[in-house]
Amino acid sequence: MADDIVFELLHSEIINYVLENSKTTNGSKEVDLSLVEYIGFAAGYKIMERLTREWPRFKDELDTMKFICTDFWTCIYKKQIDNLRTNHQGVYVLQDNAFRFLTNLSNSQQYLEFAPRYVAYTCGLIRGGLANLCINSVVTAEVQSMPSCKFHIHVQRT
Amino acid sequence: MSRQTSRLDAKKVNSELLTLTYGALVSQMLKETENNDEVNKHLERIGYNMGVRLIEDFLARTSSNRCLEMRETADKIQQAFRLYLNMQPTVTSWSSSGDEFSLVWDQCPLSEWVEIPNSGLKYCALIPGAIRGALQMVQLEVQCWFVQDQLRGDAVTELRVKYIKRLEDAVPAGED
Repeated sequence: MADDIVFELLHSEIINYVLENSKTTNGSKEVDLSLVEYIGFAAGYKIMERLTREWPRFKDELDTMKFICTDFWTCIYKKQIDNLRTNHQGVYVLQDNAFRFLTNLSNSQQYLEFAPRYVAYTCGLIRGGLANLCINSVVTAEVQSMPSCKFHIHVQRT
Repeated sequence: MSRQTSRLDAKKVNSELLTLTYGALVSQMLKETENNDEVNKHLERIGYNMGVRLIEDFLARTSSNRCLEMRETADKIQQAFRLYLNMQPTVTSWSSSGDEFSLVWDQCPLSEWVEIPNSGLKYCALIPGAIRGALQMVQLEVQCWFVQDQLRGDAVTELRVKYIKRLEDAVPAGED
């Protein structure tokens, strides 16, 4: 079983790699994080399958979200989500006041412009996890002041 | 039935997440370039960057002293494998001059659930990269390469490490 720090370093190197590559392809300084998000999606999709294998069936969507906020989050981010809000119409807001990938960066507004890089993977991770549980969604993140972070989950109903 | 009893094992989940994330990264790289040598190079580079930072953590955690010869270095590398990947590779096949050895393992968290077609891709290229990066930070230049690879049908995975030279502290610019 691998140590946590290896995952943390790999996470930042993935971002590094994607940024380097996107720069060389179009020459401009445009930051394309969709690849980071996609890598998160692929990992989230697969890990969810393993996590929920011996889990009782979820009652409904809210129950699934609660699983994400408690057990899923505790495993990966070492703490529970601090606040879960929903409008009961498919929008969920998960607030983490000390997000694992941001705590080592800054405690205020400094480096705020770089925050999107460090939350993209997690957006993908949530989206992939939900996708495997048959919930199609769009996940975005909002960082106003580090290290706190809000994840918005918009469930797509067709 | 209680949810409390079926808590997930955080360490295991993190380790699996590392494996799956690494897999997603490699497959993404392959999609982008389709050139295996290019992917090997990128993975080695990522490993190098990780190793450069990992050594700090290793030295802080183990409070180990400077290694005076390669046998000590080999022990430390083995210890690092145990610490970071929970693996127990064996150190064997020392060259007569004592500057070259092999690390042999038969199971690695990174290559769990992985099958690749025989194509020259070095899936675990992260590891030699990390060793090279970490040792460079303690002023040792080494070369690392795979001799055998389970993913390519060998019985075990064998990584060869060769001592090249000791890096000297350079004189700061303008002070000669």
